[in-house]
Amino acid sequence: MSRIEAKFKELRKNNSSAFVTFLMAGDPDLPTSLKIMIELPKLGVDIIEIGMPFTDPMADGPAIQKAGQRALDSGTTLTKVLDLVKNIRMKNEQIPIVLMGYYNPIYSMGVEKFLANAKKAGVDGLIIVDLPPEEDSELCLPAKKAGLDFIRLATPTTSPTRLPTVLKNTSGFIYYVSVAGITGASNLNVKEVEREVTRIKGKTHLPMCVGFGIKTPSDAKKVAKIADGVVVGSAIIDLIEKENSIDDIKNYIKSLARAVHY
Amino acid sequence: MSENRINSFIGGPDQQGRFGNFGGRFVSETLMPLILELEKEYSRAKTDQDFWYQMHSFLKDYVGRPSPLYFSEGLTSHLGGAKIYLKRDELNHTGAHKINNVLGQILLARRMGKTRIIAETGAGQHGVATATVCARFGLNCTVFMGKTDVERQAPNVFRMKLLGAKVVPVTSGRGTLKDAMNEALRDWVSNVADTFYCIGTVAGPHPYPAMVRDFQSIIGKEAKEQILEKEGRLPNSLVACIGGGSNAMGLFYPFLEDRDVKMYGVEAGGKGVDHTMQHAASLTGGKPGVLHGNRTYLLQDGDGQIIEGHSISAGLDYPGIGPEHSYLHDLGRVEYVSIKDDEALRAFQLCCEKEGIIPALEPSHALAYVQKIAPNLPSDHIMIMNMCGRGDKDIFVVADALGFEIQDS
Repeated sequence: MSRIEAKFKELRKNNSSAFVTFLMAGDPDLPTSLKIMIELPKLGVDIIEIGMPFTDPMADGPAIQKAGQRALDSGTTLTKVLDLVKNIRMKNEQIPIVLMGYYNPIYSMGVEKFLANAKKAGVDGLIIVDLPPEEDSELCLPAKKAGLDFIRLATPTTSPTRLPTVLKNTSGFIYYVSVAGITGASNLNVKEVEREVTRIKGKTHLPMCVGFGIKTPSDAKKVAKIADGVVVGSAIIDLIEKENSIDDIKNYIKSLARAVHY
Repeated sequence: MSENRINSFIGGPDQQGRFGNFGGRFVSETLMPLILELEKEYSRAKTDQDFWYQMHSFLKDYVGRPSPLYFSEGLTSHLGGAKIYLKRDELNHTGAHKINNVLGQILLARRMGKTRIIAETGAGQHGVATATVCARFGLNCTVFMGKTDVERQAPNVFRMKLLGAKVVPVTSGRGTLKDAMNEALRDWVSNVADTFYCIGTVAGPHPYPAMVRDFQSIIGKEAKEQILEKEGRLPNSLVACIGGGSNAMGLFYPFLEDRDVKMYGVEAGGKGVDHTMQHAASLTGGKPGVLHGNRTYLLQDGDGQIIEGHSISAGLDYPGIGPEHSYLHDLGRVEYVSIKDDEALRAFQLCCEKEGIIPALEPSHALAYVQKIAPNLPSDHIMIMNMCGRGDKDIFVVADALGFEIQDS
């Protein structure tokens, strides 16, 4: 059983939703990233999503754009992102780690080499924003062959007729994008999300996590009631941008975890 | 390359939107249904006589087509070799070839019931053309323009505002054309219901590269008819500048199967195509990668991070190039070369002096290449260069580069 599968099984037993955090590798620098990320399991985080910085993050809002820029400015490369994963994995054998980003840095490294290195480092799954099902032969199918989950985004524009295409080669979990928009958007509509989550859940056995626009413990709590997982990214990254202390960041993550697991 | 592939240069793209290994649909899931809808609507429009009737009547009476094919006696006798013709697309309404494509996309947007148009722009020519056609049809228009370009191209910013468009200065990234395109894509995913994204070049996710090429290929179709009428035969060579590559694709496409016609695509060599990367020559100095929805040659570092292009011409400093050009490059059908800033500047001046035409800095690159090769060619070598834009927008940049001061009055 994969780490992701095991995690959701455990959560279901406790009748709880997964708390998923997104942080950019190397934001503001790699040592700080590592310091925060190895603490995440203790703070109540169930799945760690790690951003791979890219110069042109076309689906991201200002918070994650700037995080990526800080990461690149501090010298973060894809190889160093994989080293970071290795270091987290040394401290924690169980927690699922998912890499999220854009295709070009992977393509530039070479798909085969990337997959081998990611698997070796302890990566469990990939979310690649600019690889829709139409491009599955690029990375999705090779990733599955290499034993990595390829986690797909479903969005408010994914119609019932398109949904089967999106679900077809997805594994691990489905990431439902709660708004038609970019990360960190501000127009979260929980009722609408609930309707969509119910619609998609009827078509798949995979767990559904919801992200984009979840900012506060109260948002997180509401979404936890309707989904198998809650993803928070920009709101935590905002604290890093404002140079909050690591303790403040940890406390905030703890408060989100409590809300999700309530 | 397989025998099969070179049987036709004009068959692309395939069902997946690929030209060989280039092109494709590398976009987020939110946008995927939108580009599928666009593809469907475009393929319907393509075979709809009413659509083309409308298109041609606006091209004729609003844009001013056909643009003349002009025998450049001044340059021909000065260079003393090939017989040089200029395809005068700078005489179009709004001063460049950009409007050919904008008109097509806006007519399509109207068919689809879209009420809001967004566009990216570098030098401002595509932005001005989009603002113009939107004003004509009463559509809401928002143009994304890098903050650096807003400062460099103040006259075009004012033009767009006069035409009723909203100009959004983009500060993300380094504030140039590629960042403007990122921001337009972000706007599109946030406004999926009413918005049509009018891309200005032969790049982006399928069907944009093919669709923009089709709308621009009016340039080559006219040029072919005109040269046959004037010379009774096809030209020996075609020359066009390349940023994203829409004017070049438009001129080249109708000639691709005429195997004896040589084609030269001229990229911006900036300060020189070397390791300092102070250029925008994606084919000469880049490698294949994925950006803005398609796989193509890109300026990038060893980690797959995109590098900003540099060129004296704001219309050429895009770090990518249309995927069909990447394909034609790898097949060897088109020869891609580069011209440096200072060479383009000299050609700009030469054209002013010998022809009484102030060219844009973009086609000045093409002209500089003509200047390089024409003297060594025989006098029966017929060459067509695409004069894709006029230089009014560039006089401040050129004055600055030549050390003149233009006073604000």
